[in-house]
Amino acid sequence: MKAANSSRSKSEISFIVNGDRKTMRVHPMERLLDVLRQELGLTGAKEGCGEGECGSCSVLLDGILVNSCLIPVLQAKDSVILTIEGLAGIAELNCLQEAFLECGGAQCGICTPGMILAASYLLQHKPQATMEDIREGLSGNLCRCTGYSQIFEAVAEASRRKATA
Amino acid sequence: MVQYAAGKLPARKLVSVWNLPELRRIETFPDEIRIGAGCTYTDLRQNAIIRREFQLLANAAGWTGGIANQNRGTLGGNIANASPAADSLPALLAYEAELVLVSVRGERRVPYVNFHTAYKKTKHAADELIRAVCLRRRFLDYFCYSRKVGARRAQAISKVCVAALGRLKGPIVQDLRVAVGSVAPVPLRLVETELVVKGKAIDQALLSVAGRTATAEISPIDDIRSTMRYRAKVTGNLVAEFLQKLAASAKNE
Repeated sequence: MKAANSSRSKSEISFIVNGDRKTMRVHPMERLLDVLRQELGLTGAKEGCGEGECGSCSVLLDGILVNSCLIPVLQAKDSVILTIEGLAGIAELNCLQEAFLECGGAQCGICTPGMILAASYLLQHKPQATMEDIREGLSGNLCRCTGYSQIFEAVAEASRRKATA
Repeated sequence: MVQYAAGKLPARKLVSVWNLPELRRIETFPDEIRIGAGCTYTDLRQNAIIRREFQLLANAAGWTGGIANQNRGTLGGNIANASPAADSLPALLAYEAELVLVSVRGERRVPYVNFHTAYKKTKHAADELIRAVCLRRRFLDYFCYSRKVGARRAQAISKVCVAALGRLKGPIVQDLRVAVGSVAPVPLRLVETELVVKGKAIDQALLSVAGRTATAEISPIDDIRSTMRYRAKVTGNLVAEFLQKLAASAKNE
């Protein structure tokens, strides 16, 4: 990836990430994932598969759940990005994060940022998510530790708490 | 993007067509809908007319990848990428879609049915862009059947996928369209199978003839996801299941 881009011209690209405007000179075909991790030091988004199958690199781009390994940074120009780092401190997320802790929804932690962002996107659109909604909402996020049950239970618990809050 | 990052994309100059408003519209006319090639699977799943009149396409959009993929992947991208395993393409064959192709030379409208000429080869010229996919609004009274067989329910590339439409007159199959993915170098409409079934009443004998004909029409391969034998067997079974359900749909009315 680096080698492929090094000989080509860079462009100035600007976006808002976790509330802060960032402007940098990068190759337009750099993956958003690499820019977040390497240029901006936001290492919460992980690279699992690098081909959009595992969801470890999930971020919200203009409020939409995406795999940042599949986004050329050019397409993130002037957007508003939320990564797992930006979600901490938002009341709604504390609820999800607490539920993940209590239900054993996180083990090795590689999938967890993506799981939480996917769950947050799901609960935003379906606050009263059924188990079927949860399974579908997280179907693009792979976990090799938990067997998923604890993760689904954590999201269901967060959804119940939101309903009674 | 995956191919680019791996250094496997030959094109040196790339133009981003993501989110162009002209490509992101679903236009409704009395006799057809025109889906902009830049519409995402999420756009397709959320569109009321597609959900009601083109269920095969709405279902296939829901099979594709996970939610994050559905938020970014586009119908035009699925066509241009031309994978024989693409989930949305059999639906386009069943609905006899037409494509609007655009270049500096103007626009042309071509039937989708023979658009894929060989593995990963299509009929569009080097300077042409897929602008829209047109579907005639004439399938509301058809029975529709779609099924994907993969290693898991989501985020799996199909071993076999089927999109089929049928209409009965009394016990007789008046019209039938069956299209399959992942079992040939291109998404395939099962023309011979349709001919064998059309004009007949569905009984046990017809189910086995249809299954056998379907199996003979496809050319599946062994690969990382499945085997030739499995794909052939399952394709025949799915065609038979579709016909059984089509016959049962008449009894339920």
